[in-house]
Amino acid sequence: MSLWKKHAIVEKNSILLLLGVLIVISIGGLVEILPLFYLKSTIEKVEGVRPYTPLELAGRNIYVREGCYNCHSQMIRALREEVERYGHYSLAAESMYDHPFQWGSKRNGPDLARVGGKYSDDWQRRHLTNPRAVVSGSIMPGYPFLAKAPLDADRIDQDMKVLAIEGVPYSDEMIAKASIDLKAQGSDDDPNTADLIRRYPKANARAFGEQKGVITEADALIAYLQSLGTAIDFRIYDDKANMR
Amino acid sequence: MAQTGTAGLAPAPKGMSKGMTPGELGLVISGVAMAALWTLIMAKAWTPEYAFHAGLFAIVSVATVFAVINRYHARPAILPPQEIDGKPNYNMEPVKFATIAAVFWGIAGFAVGLIIASQLAFPALNFDLPWTAFGRMRPLHTSAVIFAFGGNVLIAASFYVVQRTCRARLAGDLAPWFVVLGYNFFIVIAGTGYLLGITQSKEYAEPEWYADILLTIVWVTYFLVFLGTVIKRKEPHIYVANWFYLAFILTIAVLHLGNNPSIPVSIFSSKSYIVWSGVQDAMVQWWYGHNAVGFFLTAGFLGIMYYFIPKRAERPVYSYRLSIIHFWALIFMYIWAGPHHLHYTALPDWAQTLGMTFSIMLWMPSWGGMINGLMTLSGAWDKLRTDPVLRMLVVSVAFYGMSTFEGPLMSIKAVNSLSHYTDWTVGHVHSGELGWVCYVSFAAIYCLVPWLWNKPNLYSLRLVNWHFWVSTLGIVCYISAMWVAGIMQGLMWRAYTSFGFLEYSFLETVEAMHPFYIIRAFGGALYLAGALIMVWNIYKTIVAPVEEPQISAAPALVPAE
Repeated sequence: MSLWKKHAIVEKNSILLLLGVLIVISIGGLVEILPLFYLKSTIEKVEGVRPYTPLELAGRNIYVREGCYNCHSQMIRALREEVERYGHYSLAAESMYDHPFQWGSKRNGPDLARVGGKYSDDWQRRHLTNPRAVVSGSIMPGYPFLAKAPLDADRIDQDMKVLAIEGVPYSDEMIAKASIDLKAQGSDDDPNTADLIRRYPKANARAFGEQKGVITEADALIAYLQSLGTAIDFRIYDDKANMR
Repeated sequence: MAQTGTAGLAPAPKGMSKGMTPGELGLVISGVAMAALWTLIMAKAWTPEYAFHAGLFAIVSVATVFAVINRYHARPAILPPQEIDGKPNYNMEPVKFATIAAVFWGIAGFAVGLIIASQLAFPALNFDLPWTAFGRMRPLHTSAVIFAFGGNVLIAASFYVVQRTCRARLAGDLAPWFVVLGYNFFIVIAGTGYLLGITQSKEYAEPEWYADILLTIVWVTYFLVFLGTVIKRKEPHIYVANWFYLAFILTIAVLHLGNNPSIPVSIFSSKSYIVWSGVQDAMVQWWYGHNAVGFFLTAGFLGIMYYFIPKRAERPVYSYRLSIIHFWALIFMYIWAGPHHLHYTALPDWAQTLGMTFSIMLWMPSWGGMINGLMTLSGAWDKLRTDPVLRMLVVSVAFYGMSTFEGPLMSIKAVNSLSHYTDWTVGHVHSGELGWVCYVSFAAIYCLVPWLWNKPNLYSLRLVNWHFWVSTLGIVCYISAMWVAGIMQGLMWRAYTSFGFLEYSFLETVEAMHPFYIIRAFGGALYLAGALIMVWNIYKTIVAPVEEPQISAAPALVPAE
């Protein structure tokens, strides 16, 4: 009985009520979020995971801009049917350089976590322009304007500087050579390709589009899509290493 | 601009010569500064889309300066008194604005929802243009209904209820106006941004850094106005509805700040990068995302329930003790529920299990609220036959109960492995949004409009009845189509043939959705039609000629200014 009367104290004092609310709503978030910055399974580094190349980063920004995450997840759950449909379940390390994450919450279209290398550049380009030309029955919007828009990425080094501040391991060299790397990755037989691959192992470097000498928004997006999920060689990945 | 929060708390002493209040002065100075800053940004912006937004900011800053100076010249030397003849001098003009804005954004949000629902059934409706594609339109829909419609309803209802239940005039002089106008300007920036491709791609937190800063300033002012009004109350106790409003405003501020810290690439660029990444970002995002549901769409609207149901039913709240228990339990447990959006992902198992456990426990405080709302009608159930507004309130609470049962069910890992990524989630959200949030909002608007505009009653209760039945039919079509579609797609994704191969290609599971997407769009169209009936009813109520004074259920209002 007396406890009920005690509650009148906070009912009559707005600041006490406020403090009470603040304490009560803080606990859950602190318990669930803070450990994720320290636990091995959420901050482990896995062999092969590297930051995005300048071209992939520019492509990722287009992915974000068009709201692709509204229909495509990038998170293969640890379930038999998902692993068999899409490939190895996603690791935390694979999105450790994703600011922000693109795991998604709805699959109006299929998961894209390991779409890299699954289709040819040509398929991707035709599919982006008119999805129903290659997949009849698809409900994806067409993005014909992407292949017509030249990529505006003159300042991509600025983006990389910000990401470096936030912990993505872009070296000064990577930032300084951003424009050269971007052009090298989007062209056939560019003299700087070897340097690009040294800085960003396994990067796909080739003309992604049909237009020679022009890198379009579609090219950047395709470069990003072709890189998805290809960083880790799962033949040598030890999934028991984290077990306790 | 923070000064505006306290401006006008104390009316100028009599005999003082006319001077600018700190709020007026602060708004003029910051308005001039903002106009200069945004003009500079407009001139040097990296993209035309950002230059357009900078231009909007500059125009609004200049308009603010003019409006404040204009008001200063037009107003008497002494600000409106706190009380007239011992009765509180309520400030209802910002409430009126937010009410009308809510109706406007509601229609806009439902219409965009109907468009994107149709796009999923008929992809040609994307028109192959950047501005009309589903990926840009879907955030426009979610933000329009949650933040534009829901947010304006919450601001209107909280500003109305806090004044009435505290018997005090709204704190601040210009501050309440800054809140409603600033909030709606934020909505315009956010919405046009999505269509122009300005987004940070965090669900329900898509606006970019500069819109986030604007919202932070507006929200802090909102918090100060609300708290300031509670502090100067004439009632000893803080009424239960205000606990919920206070928890809602405070927690949304915490969530907004926690989920959105980002570094802009440049002040001349709309692009920024969130400081969180990967699994940490996912956890922070769904801590935010689920509690946008828990505090924006639940706690805030429970505040509406706790005022409007007792008022409309003319009965006291069923149980005072239940309201205490379910208030504290609800706000404590909701915060933990976020990880149920991340089952079987790279988030550690213990966090998933914690999220699931608290989500299931959350069922109890949720139903505590439902029981308290429904049982308030004890002895007044007969009114459901004659008052369609009360019926709407009761059905909203019933939908609340249904959604808060379905939610814990879907948070169970085994169930979630089927439901996640499918339209079952979409159906669940909409049974909560259309059934609970919107119905309790419609009912609140139906109550507020005659009270605010001093009319004896609504133009037509028959039209309310039509609104109720047309939109209820819409909800039933919507959620049953999504149940079938979602569960079917989840089952198809995991179906195996007798040889042990996956039975369906992804495309086959998409094609199977088609008829249900049509039924869903039909349900959405009915819901929009119902809302349009409401618009007509409200319009006719507001423009109805003022009749001879009659005895009305609501006490007559004292003119504000």
